[in-house]
Amino acid sequence: MRTLIRSLGELCITAGAVLLLFVAYELWGTGAYTQAQQRKLDSELNRTWAAPRPRTPSGAVTAERVRLGHGLALIRIPRLGKGFHYVIIEGVSVADLRKGPGHYPGTAMPGGIGNFVVSGHRTTYLAPFNHIDELQPGDKILIDTQARQYVYQVTGKKVVSPSDVSVAAPVPEHPSKDPTQRLITLTTCNPKYSAAQRLIVFGRMVGSIPRVNGASS
Amino acid sequence: MYGWLWRRLPGGTVTRVYTAVVAVLAVGALLWYVVFPWFEPKIQFDHGTVDDGGTSTTAPPTPGAKHR
Repeated sequence: MRTLIRSLGELCITAGAVLLLFVAYELWGTGAYTQAQQRKLDSELNRTWAAPRPRTPSGAVTAERVRLGHGLALIRIPRLGKGFHYVIIEGVSVADLRKGPGHYPGTAMPGGIGNFVVSGHRTTYLAPFNHIDELQPGDKILIDTQARQYVYQVTGKKVVSPSDVSVAAPVPEHPSKDPTQRLITLTTCNPKYSAAQRLIVFGRMVGSIPRVNGASS
Repeated sequence: MYGWLWRRLPGGTVTRVYTAVVAVLAVGALLWYVVFPWFEPKIQFDHGTVDDGGTSTTAPPTPGAKHR
């Protein structure tokens, strides 16, 4: 009997230790995975961009040229620090978002009329959108594509329910309207470490500049 | 359980401690690099996407496309 109880206690302590290790993995181990994937996608994107560009009007990114799970553009948000630099992946599946922020297939492309919708992890997997709650109206969101850098400006923030897909509509919150503006929407989970709500950041394009190949202006 | 394992370990105290530490590290590495990466996506709590449960996946565009 005594041996049995002791073994049970030992098992419980072991389970606790494994659980602690798992928490550590969630916080730091998942980030290592994303870091490695981002590095890979970054060099892949640089290689693709350095290659001669197919003749499309103004060198715009088209969906046909970006495969699901591959890099689409670069996102930079100066307010969140110089190091805030991620490759946006085409697709928002669990596997895609483990690699970095993901673009909803079917929504506008960078710089396009409509809504360029990007989703990212708030915690775990390098937590790219951890601090987007700190964004203020007027803050810049820079999206680099092969030919151009698109400059968006934050216009507002909102917390919505996870099922509120209207924020991803071409005209956010007006799903039936036709888009006339070039918008961006970032979505992430809220509060941190929870999936109860979504934090949404809206923005509008204010300009674009040619991007010099190789140099990340 | 651990007492029984300890007694089964060969060698003197030093060798046993060494073996035990290596075994713990090996189990830890197995969890960290094999078990957790497999298990983590199944219980993922951090969902950043807006999703209506897949009912609008037929309507283009498909921002609400179910992602898992």
